[in-house]
Amino acid sequence: MKISVHIERTNTTQKIDFSGITVRQLLCQLDLNLETVLVARNNEVLTEEETLQENDLLEILSVISGG
Amino acid sequence: MNCHKCDAKAVISLQHGSLCKSHFLSYFEEKVFRTINKFQLIERKDKLCIATSGGKDSLTVLYLTKKYLEKYNCNNELFALAVDEGIAKYREKTLRDLHHFCREQNIRLETVSFNEELGKNLDVAYPFINKGTKKKPCHICGVWRRYLLNKQARDLGATKVVTGHNLDDEAQAIVMNLFKANTKIAGRLGPISGIEEQELFVQRVKPLYFCLEKEVRLYTILKGWQVQFAECPYSHTGYRHDIQEMLNEFEQKYKGTKQGIINSFLAMLPLLREEERKQPEEIKPCQECGEAANQEVCNACKMKAIIQSC
Repeated sequence: MKISVHIERTNTTQKIDFSGITVRQLLCQLDLNLETVLVARNNEVLTEEETLQENDLLEILSVISGG
Repeated sequence: MNCHKCDAKAVISLQHGSLCKSHFLSYFEEKVFRTINKFQLIERKDKLCIATSGGKDSLTVLYLTKKYLEKYNCNNELFALAVDEGIAKYREKTLRDLHHFCREQNIRLETVSFNEELGKNLDVAYPFINKGTKKKPCHICGVWRRYLLNKQARDLGATKVVTGHNLDDEAQAIVMNLFKANTKIAGRLGPISGIEEQELFVQRVKPLYFCLEKEVRLYTILKGWQVQFAECPYSHTGYRHDIQEMLNEFEQKYKGTKQGIINSFLAMLPLLREEERKQPEEIKPCQECGEAANQEVCNACKMKAIIQSC
C-alpha cells in the first residue's frame, strides 16, 4: 500500500510503498527505533500495534529533543 | 488496541498494559506526584526555582509542580529560571515557547545568559576553550549551566531547584558514570541531588525521575502544548549521545531496561553515599567568584579565564 509520512525531525514528507500492516512494521521498514518516536494520524497518537490503511498520512514525532 | 482500564482507543503500550489518553494523563500525573511525595522533594517552607529551557521536559515539570502545589494546597512561592547559552538556531526557539507558556500559566520567568554572566555565548566560547583543553561543548555548557542555575537560584532566594530530568536522562548518567568509574559523581545522582546539604549549593530535585522520555513527549502532545522540535546542534558530539543510542537499542529489544537501571541504582545509592561520607569532598568558596568549588578556583572560572586570555 502507499502511505505518506511526515518526519518531524527532518521536516520532510515522503510517499512510501509499505508492505506491512502495523505501525511497528512501518518503523522497522523506516529503520526507526520505537523508543525514539511517536506516530500520529489525524492528530491521534497510535500504538505500535495499530493497523495502517492505504493513503494514510502519518506524522512521525521525535521523542528526543534538547541537548 | 484498547486501554486496559476502559474500552477507549489506546495511545501507548506500557509494560503493564495499554492506556487511552485520559488514563495515560492520570497515570503520568499521579506518577510525578507520587515521586514528589515519596522522596519529599518539596517541603512547605521551600521557595521553588524551576530550571527551564522551553523544551518538553521543563514545560512539563513546570506545569506539574504548579499543579502539585494547587492540588495539595501548598503556598510555596514558585518561579521559572531560564539559562540562555547562546546557541544559534536552537535556544531562541525554545525560549520563545517558554515565554509564551509562562505568560499563559501566569508564572514569573527570570532569564540569565552566558553572554551577560560569563562574557561569551557558548558558540563563541567553545572553540577557544576546546583548543586548549579539548573539552567538548556539552561539558562546557554543563559546567556553566549548573554554575549559573545554582548562583541565580540562590541569589533569588530559592531553597530548591526543580529540574526536568527524566528517567532516560538519569539512566544515561548512571551508565556514563559506571563506564567511567565515577562512583563519587554517581553518588550525587538520584531524585534529590547531592549527598550532604551545603550552604553554597541549592538542592536539585527531579519530579520526572520515573517518567520515560517517550512518556513526557506524549504528555505534551496530549496536553496540546505547542512544543517545537528542537535539537541542540552540539548534542551529537557528546559521550551521552552514544550511551543514549545504546540504551534505546536495548530498550527496544528488552522492554524495561531503563527502569531496571534506575531500580538497581536506587538500591545501591545508600551504599554509594555512605562510602562518600567516609571521605567527603572538601567544598570551599572559589577564590575568583566565591561560588562552591572543590579546588582553589572553580571550573566555570577556569573556563572564563581561558576566554579572557584569548
